[in-house]
Amino acid sequence: MTEPVKLTLQCVAVLFACVVVGLLPFYIDLFELMQYTLFCSMAVLALSLGFIWGFGGILSFGQTAFFGLGAYSYAVAAINFGDSTPAIGLAILIPALFALALGYFVFYGQISDVYLGVITLTVTLILFNVFNSTAGDAYTIGSARLGGFNGMPAVPTFNMPFDPSNILFPEQSWYVTGGALIAIYVGLRLLLRSPFGRVAIAVKENETRAALLGYDPRLVKLLVFVIGGAIAGFAGALYVNWGAFVGPTIFALSLSAEIIIWICIGGLGTLVGPIVGCFLIEYLVSQIGTQQAVNSNLVLGAILVVFVVLLPKGLVPTIRDGLLALGRLGAGRSRRGDAARGHEIVDEGPAGAQPAGAE
Amino acid sequence: MDLAALVALNVVNGAASLVLLCLGLAIIFGMMRIINLAHGEFVMLGAYAAVISANAGVNIYIAMLIVAPLCVGLVGLIVERCLIRFLYGRLVDSMLATWGLSLLIVGIVTTIFGNTMQGVPTPLGGFSIGAYRTSWYTIFLAAVALVVLAAIYGVLRYTRFGLVARAVMQNPEMAAVLGVNPARIYMATFSLGAAVTGLAGGVLAPVSGITPVMGGAYVAKAFITVVGGGAAIISGTTSASALFGLVNQLGAYFTTPVYGEVILFIAATVLIRLMPQGISGRFFRGTI
Repeated sequence: MTEPVKLTLQCVAVLFACVVVGLLPFYIDLFELMQYTLFCSMAVLALSLGFIWGFGGILSFGQTAFFGLGAYSYAVAAINFGDSTPAIGLAILIPALFALALGYFVFYGQISDVYLGVITLTVTLILFNVFNSTAGDAYTIGSARLGGFNGMPAVPTFNMPFDPSNILFPEQSWYVTGGALIAIYVGLRLLLRSPFGRVAIAVKENETRAALLGYDPRLVKLLVFVIGGAIAGFAGALYVNWGAFVGPTIFALSLSAEIIIWICIGGLGTLVGPIVGCFLIEYLVSQIGTQQAVNSNLVLGAILVVFVVLLPKGLVPTIRDGLLALGRLGAGRSRRGDAARGHEIVDEGPAGAQPAGAE
Repeated sequence: MDLAALVALNVVNGAASLVLLCLGLAIIFGMMRIINLAHGEFVMLGAYAAVISANAGVNIYIAMLIVAPLCVGLVGLIVERCLIRFLYGRLVDSMLATWGLSLLIVGIVTTIFGNTMQGVPTPLGGFSIGAYRTSWYTIFLAAVALVVLAAIYGVLRYTRFGLVARAVMQNPEMAAVLGVNPARIYMATFSLGAAVTGLAGGVLAPVSGITPVMGGAYVAKAFITVVGGGAAIISGTTSASALFGLVNQLGAYFTTPVYGEVILFIAATVLIRLMPQGISGRFFRGTI
């Protein structure tokens, strides 16, 4: 695909997603709308890992650490302030600072990919254990009790900015969550087109070469990691807004695994892929939850194994490459340059992939 | 004094369980560079094998020391043939696939045996140190850890299989030129690692809660210890287990068990930052 075609397709996809977000409340009932709100907040989380893994080459097994921290920060701040506006800010700021500290440690220590995975996994487990043991009066921040294993119920949900008396209705929450998803997608897309985004991809492709060209890979990776952490924290706030609840299971390994599964299935190195994968898997899990015969772990595990072994590229790149191959076949001419560009990392999925995710 | 003896015993116990938990992983990671994230589930399968056979009337020691490693070794063999052998050299993919495998195993075990399991009583009874009572089983665990360590060392150092396995680990192409089939060695090594992990699950079964998700509690600890220990299987695992066992138990003694684990993880992260090659990469170069 040539650059203008790609750009057009992306714009069409974003416009279509905006229309879907705008019109959906008129066509489905409230229960389903709530469910899609949850999916959208999870898709923001998927984007955060899809960004740092696919475009920064950082495989974090503990993206839920930032998600959970964001959720807890939001909950504590919202209970204390009674207003969600500063709480959302904190839900972005605190995970970003945490990512900054952890990332400094990891990237400036030149720790290899594998150890990075192990360390992020460990950090998530630490947070799970710590928040699990915060039962009792000793663990109170302001007027918010952390509540240990039981978590924090009845967290205030989003309200109009700086107007705590004006709490958002579920439909409005849907607009906020769906809009946030689109905004973050567009934001990341723009970021990847900026000089910084291009350097980040260069570092991912070949760290030594980027360093020899005068860029500092450690700093670039750290910044990518911090941006990912901030987005994951924001996803945490969206998640709490959906359920008005946060508990330590938000740090559980199963959710970390799920994020990675979304991306493996949707396609690493794309931004649409993680969203598509997230919607597909979350829908599947919610369907599995309605029956007793098979266990969701079993299905998810099998899906992950099958995708890693048989379809390592994921759905979106596979479909895109298939369509491109078909297109070339139909046009009856072989243009090697285009074929090579089809594998380019900043490439984007076909417009058809977006509706599948947005609906 | 009695208290000091008790804490010392706890440290030995913590280090021994870490050694048992990590050896299988160290064999698989150290020799094959495969990150087996289903390690915790292998432990869980070992525990299930031991408990189920013990509840079915098999002698508890046979169940723990023979049935569990055999079962999990067999599972390891199947997993290697059906999954892992496609993933050599693809480190990240092997991590992802074994993570999928771990979810799959948890799902299968939950489907078959449900969410809880009747445990087995801890054998051997207890004894007193002054005013404190503790269990002979902690001594038994330490003894098993020592025996397993000695056995693995013996196999790797003094047998033909050990020699060939170490050769394949260092240079698979050269070993293949000399007439060894690396694929078979990898298969045997993976099964051996799985069997040792199964043994760990078996002997830990009487002292832990048996649930399908129990593996999650072990996998991070085992990984951090193996990574902290470095490439040398025996010396790395032993030194890292001793260090982390000490840190964990002292932390747990002075604060709470939860913060003991937190302190362990933080200490391990700092250690990896300071010594990316692990303890054995720094102090025990060239050992097994």
